[in-house]
Amino acid sequence: MLNVDKLNNGIVLDHIKAGNAMKLYNFLHLDKLDCEVAIIKNARSRKMGRKDILKIEGGLDLVNLDVIGFVDPDITVNIITDGKIEKKKLTLPKELHNVISCRNPRCITSIEQGLEQVFVLTDEKKKVYRCRYCDEAYTWND
Amino acid sequence: MRHLLNPLDFNVEETNRLLDLARDIKDHPGQYAHKCDGKRLATLFYEPSTRTRLSFEAAMMNLGGTVLGFSSAQSSSASKGESVADTIRVVSCYANIVAMRHPKEGAPAVAAQFSRVPVINAGDGGHQHPTQTLADMMTIRQLRGSLENFTIGLCGDLKFGRTVHSLISSLIRYPGVRFVLISPPELRIPDSIREDVLNAHNIEYKEVERLEDVIPELDILYMTRVQKERFFNEDDYLRMKDFYILTESKLALAKKDMYILHPLPRVNEISVDVDKDPRAQYFTQVQYAVYVREALILTLLNLV
Repeated sequence: MLNVDKLNNGIVLDHIKAGNAMKLYNFLHLDKLDCEVAIIKNARSRKMGRKDILKIEGGLDLVNLDVIGFVDPDITVNIITDGKIEKKKLTLPKELHNVISCRNPRCITSIEQGLEQVFVLTDEKKKVYRCRYCDEAYTWND
Repeated sequence: MRHLLNPLDFNVEETNRLLDLARDIKDHPGQYAHKCDGKRLATLFYEPSTRTRLSFEAAMMNLGGTVLGFSSAQSSSASKGESVADTIRVVSCYANIVAMRHPKEGAPAVAAQFSRVPVINAGDGGHQHPTQTLADMMTIRQLRGSLENFTIGLCGDLKFGRTVHSLISSLIRYPGVRFVLISPPELRIPDSIREDVLNAHNIEYKEVERLEDVIPELDILYMTRVQKERFFNEDDYLRMKDFYILTESKLALAKKDMYILHPLPRVNEISVDVDKDPRAQYFTQVQYAVYVREALILTLLNLV
């Protein structure tokens, strides 16, 4: 059994679909943090068979919950404060700000400097987000 | 403060009110001749469009207002690298209302974000062209007496044809409108329109390739041009540009009271022989476009 230190204060992202931990790591810009981050890949899970886990030392201000909700709203977010665990429920965020970029070369975001990348959830069932400016669709599977 | 970026920015009731106002302007132009005295319209056209720009300018002049602006990116500070956000902040100081055309999709939405005056989307790339839609709707309503219960055939470039996207999105809000989408497979409507607009609202439509097969069932035939500027690859453009040409012989298959619309400019997709047919209404459409733009300017400036 792999041993990763228990967190007293931090965030544990559990039940990440196996293989998605690095994507989430990049989306959350965890490489830019100075704190300890543990990436556990392919951990055994009764519920999922295999799963990934991310452990981040520090407060909730380090991660954007909207990003986690966008990647997978079924991820379990455990917030640990002084050893006490609080579970946070995720939903698909209605809007994404500067999380993903529009890939439509005809979109104004491709040339306008300093413009925020904004995507709006247009189909909750299919998890479709569209660029606020040009309506180009983006889905997680892209 | 309101803008018009997408035809759906106005709900059905507001759209009908605007079309009523446009009809009143058509019938009583004198009553509106000084409504915009002392007001200025800025036409910011980052790509050439003589027709739409002149239509906006004529609309403002008919209302007693004045006009300033530029007609290509080369003659604006965009050529020096100025952003849309900065340009609109500056122009907001000079004008009471702005009409913007831009080759990039969503540029007028960016302008609206930073503007202190109402912004009208006068066409943004292959995305939206709401004032053309209002003109199309006024024309259909004037010709048919209603925007309900008819079959419209949209023919040509349905992929990049922004007037088509805007028109479909607007007409689905009226009951009994059926769509026949006529295009080569490469130029079919985008998924966003098929899925989010037509399928999502259970609208009756079909997609076909041959105009001749469906023309007898149409009440309105909306022709479009295959636009060279929307293609990255010239070979694709050349292959598809002559796919549909409406001729007198094809028109002979149509109903006697079917009307032909076209957002113009036409290249060769409607044979000039068709112009003399009373069903050809594309020049009427141009005239009505001025009235709807007048109505829109008055509405956004709260002058009605």
